[in-house]
Amino acid sequence: MAVSSKARREPEGQRLVKFAALGFLGILALISCVLVGIASRHQAAGDATGSLTGQIGGKFALVDDNGKPFTDAELKGKWHLVFFGYTHCPDICPTALNDLSLALNQLGAKEKEVGVVFISVDPERDTPAVLKSYVESFGGPVTGLTGTPQEVAAAAKDYHVFYAKHPTAGGGYDMDHSAVIYIMDPQGRFTATFGPDDTPDTMAARLRKLLG
Amino acid sequence: MQRNLLSLATALVFALFTSAAGAQSGSVEIKDAWARAMPGGAQTGAAYVTLRSPTGDRLTGASTPVAKMAELHSMTMDNGVMKMRQVEGIDLPAGQPVSLKPNGYHIMLMGVGQPLKEGQTFPLTLTFAKAGSENVSVTVEKVGSMGPGAQGSGMNMPGMSTPMQHH
Repeated sequence: MAVSSKARREPEGQRLVKFAALGFLGILALISCVLVGIASRHQAAGDATGSLTGQIGGKFALVDDNGKPFTDAELKGKWHLVFFGYTHCPDICPTALNDLSLALNQLGAKEKEVGVVFISVDPERDTPAVLKSYVESFGGPVTGLTGTPQEVAAAAKDYHVFYAKHPTAGGGYDMDHSAVIYIMDPQGRFTATFGPDDTPDTMAARLRKLLG
Repeated sequence: MQRNLLSLATALVFALFTSAAGAQSGSVEIKDAWARAMPGGAQTGAAYVTLRSPTGDRLTGASTPVAKMAELHSMTMDNGVMKMRQVEGIDLPAGQPVSLKPNGYHIMLMGVGQPLKEGQTFPLTLTFAKAGSENVSVTVEKVGSMGPGAQGSGMNMPGMSTPMQHH
């Protein structure tokens, strides 16, 4: 209000305000374009174009479900499906791990060429021991990973995974988290994603194509 | 005459069968109460059920002796991010079956002492705004099951997948 009354009295001031506003709008438009560009590149990730190779994934140092160190170097040598979740998640995490396990079952002899890595976004509750019995329930080659909150945060950042604690009325908490499954090639490079619409059948078909 | 008797008998058998298939809760029909077996180490489980109220009602709560706490939860995907939230109730529009199922609403079972095992059954009490409380027996399916008899599905499309083919 103070600005507009001042501008009415001083035409130069008004011009200045207009100029500043236009400049501000221009900057906003520029930022929007950049954001839209980034978003569309992210959406293209599922198409296995490899455009995000090198942007997703990276170095991490965590511990596996046996309590042994597990770094990104372990991802090399075979294909890996990387999924972030937590053991107190009763819905999407078991669904995803079960779907992956069913998909891998369809690969026959090639099943051995693919590993599954389940990285906890809830390191406070997901100790290696908790993760061990959890991942074993799905059969197949699932490795559970956890670490200090900082180590987990660093890994999640590398994989562009969002997670946040959401307190519940009963005094506990749930975790909001990205539910993307990343397909990493035997060189440890990001290749493609599985998304919400994938079924064990579509996952198996995709993997067969990638494995050759 | 014989034909009439036959159709009457068929109708009777059918009526008996349908009433036996769904437990009656006041005016709310409860069907297909199932839960997922819990992976080892997990303390949280989920139970699902299909409800139908001919006159309209609201599911407002649940409890079971197998869990310290049972809450009604929604699960949504928001820009690729999975979010679970407690909801105060789930509306049951008159005559419309409402299914709690993976990737939608679930009854979250928290503080489950003994992880639920496949094949096990346990009692669950559902509370409705109008119909009051009703007990139902829940059957535990496989870990990650998408429903009784289903083997797996897309994370967003429960029950839509074709059966898995073994090779």
